[in-house]
Amino acid sequence: MLTTSGGWLLLVAVLAPFVGVLVGLALGGRGAQRVASLTLPIGLAVAGGIAWTLLQSGDSVVYLLGGWAPPLGIALRADGLSAVMMLAVAVVICGIGIYAQSDFSAPAGTAEKRAPFVFWLLLLAVWGSLNLVFVSGDLFTLYVALELLTFSGVPLVCLDGRGETLRAALRYLLFALAGSLLYLLGAVLLYGGYGTLDIPLLAERIQPEPIAWAAAALMTVGLLAKTALFPLHIWLPPAHAGAPAAASAVLSALVIKGSWFLVVRLWFDVLRGVVTLPAAQLLAGLGAAAIVVGSIVALRQERLKVLVAYSTIAQIGYLFLMFPLAFDASGHTLVHGAALTGGLLQAVSHATAKAGMFMAAGLVHAALGHDRIADLGGVARRMPVTVLTFAISGLALMGIVPSGAYLAKKLLLEAADNSGQWWWTIVLQGGAAFTAGYVVLVLTNALRRPAAAVQLVQRVSRLSEFAALALALSSLLLAFAALGPVPGDLVSNPLAPKELGATLLVLLGGMLLARGLSRRPLLGGTANDGRVRRAIVAAGTSLEQADAFLRRWPSASLALLLTAALFGWLLLARVPQ
Amino acid sequence: MTAATLFGLCAAVLIGVGLYGLIVNPHPLRKILAFNLVSSGVFLLFGAIARRGAAAGMGGDPVPQALLITGIVVAFSATALAVALLLRLFDVSGSVTLSSDAPAKSGDDIGAA
Repeated sequence: MLTTSGGWLLLVAVLAPFVGVLVGLALGGRGAQRVASLTLPIGLAVAGGIAWTLLQSGDSVVYLLGGWAPPLGIALRADGLSAVMMLAVAVVICGIGIYAQSDFSAPAGTAEKRAPFVFWLLLLAVWGSLNLVFVSGDLFTLYVALELLTFSGVPLVCLDGRGETLRAALRYLLFALAGSLLYLLGAVLLYGGYGTLDIPLLAERIQPEPIAWAAAALMTVGLLAKTALFPLHIWLPPAHAGAPAAASAVLSALVIKGSWFLVVRLWFDVLRGVVTLPAAQLLAGLGAAAIVVGSIVALRQERLKVLVAYSTIAQIGYLFLMFPLAFDASGHTLVHGAALTGGLLQAVSHATAKAGMFMAAGLVHAALGHDRIADLGGVARRMPVTVLTFAISGLALMGIVPSGAYLAKKLLLEAADNSGQWWWTIVLQGGAAFTAGYVVLVLTNALRRPAAAVQLVQRVSRLSEFAALALALSSLLLAFAALGPVPGDLVSNPLAPKELGATLLVLLGGMLLARGLSRRPLLGGTANDGRVRRAIVAAGTSLEQADAFLRRWPSASLALLLTAALFGWLLLARVPQ
Repeated sequence: MTAATLFGLCAAVLIGVGLYGLIVNPHPLRKILAFNLVSSGVFLLFGAIARRGAAAGMGGDPVPQALLITGIVVAFSATALAVALLLRLFDVSGSVTLSSDAPAKSGDDIGAA
């Protein structure tokens, strides 16, 4: 194996952000923002260049560090998966960079503050670590990349330095560290068993035997803890809801995708012959539970940013639905196919839409001085662009034609049909109604006529509003961008009766859910509710309590170990060859 | 029992004790110490693996040793970051509990910075 042409681009993609961090640190103060603004377009161009090189050559781009080939040396590799993720991350980071220009600036003449300085450095650090996660060719480099990602993500949580957010950051750090130790333990076991950590070499040597099962279970669960898949979401709501909007967008849209990507890399490329269909069903089952619990608890929230944070928990669930659908017909191995493409599209579409949604929530908070959902009335009139952004990102998350999530859903539904796993069809179709529920809840409140005229405490910057809108729109129009690698007959006319009917059905289901579960009666509902609403609310409250119980430290860490044991046990359950 | 097996078993004990501490100790500083105990266990296991793989006549497999050094640096920085956060939390709020996880009810004090 040799360095391919254009391989140096991989090195630049990883090094450019980190060089930016060092230069910004040396310049200090306002310099950090300037360095970041300079690095963002360079990184975007490099990500585009890597995707272009990959399309031209049709094969992975490889760079050997120091010219040493594995197993002695370390290789950086970018295949289609990595190139798509790198491009998506570059676009989202640039969007966030534009959005944050006004929030995190220190105009000449004012005193320099620490938060903007740190924000720009951490933004670059998150980017560099993500790129390293996407191109690393061996499991130990991936461990280092993952830790870098955690170290740059955690301080983003507590940029404002309040006790509340510091506590959230510490919880995040400690739980993530527990996860990465499990991952490292798994990697060490794999080295002990097979004498290499290079992904292609390991994939050749690995056998379904106890050491591989133990390693697979430990690594998977460790990564799930970092991704915050239900029931390991202990750290996510306070961390994502408490951070400043731009930082929440980075954490929610990008940072969790790093460890998710690593699960995909492990299952599809390293452990292909070790993982079993029952284990994949467990993974998707946790995802389905995440969708139900995350969405319902989101509907019960009083604050917009907490609602969006819980919606992230639900959306993380979607990302794991593809695993059982990606098995080949005999159910023995995972294949790179339509299901994987669907899952990847889902991730990209969530990254763009969720960044837009958090930004919109942050703008509303900045303009009103609060983000109580019940008091949002009249906001739509004062901030039409921002409310439109929220609506568009909501539609994109629901999977309305022509969003990326729609195309992803189509691909996954087809895979579910082909493999006869009808139960995932129900989850995929029903999940959209849950998403519609909390989007409808927010929009009806925002569109309501207010009792008194709305007072804006602060004017928000136009640039920020349009950056958020651009990200939301790019998620909604993703299907057009993705049509290259995907067959064209998958996207139908959005106004065709069948599609329109499906959309209306989803919205109707969402309205019913929002009406039944919201904390306050929606659309003029009366205070003394009927028996049905009382029963539904009781169910919602008990789910909320279950969620609060699972987010306590002892139960979350026990869940971590139990899930690992369950994975180990399910890996034993092989379909007879 | 060979030396490598003995070290491997010690590593398993360290990891077990550390995980127990990570789960049951409510104090963050103890959790950080427990984290260090687990990582020592993992490093010891890696060392034992390096020793076991050295049958080819070398003193030890060099790859795990190189990785170990990196791992120790990562664990050290993680500990430093956690302790720094803990100290700052104590300065700001006067207590170091992790338990109050309910996000602020009012919504007014969650700044958009």
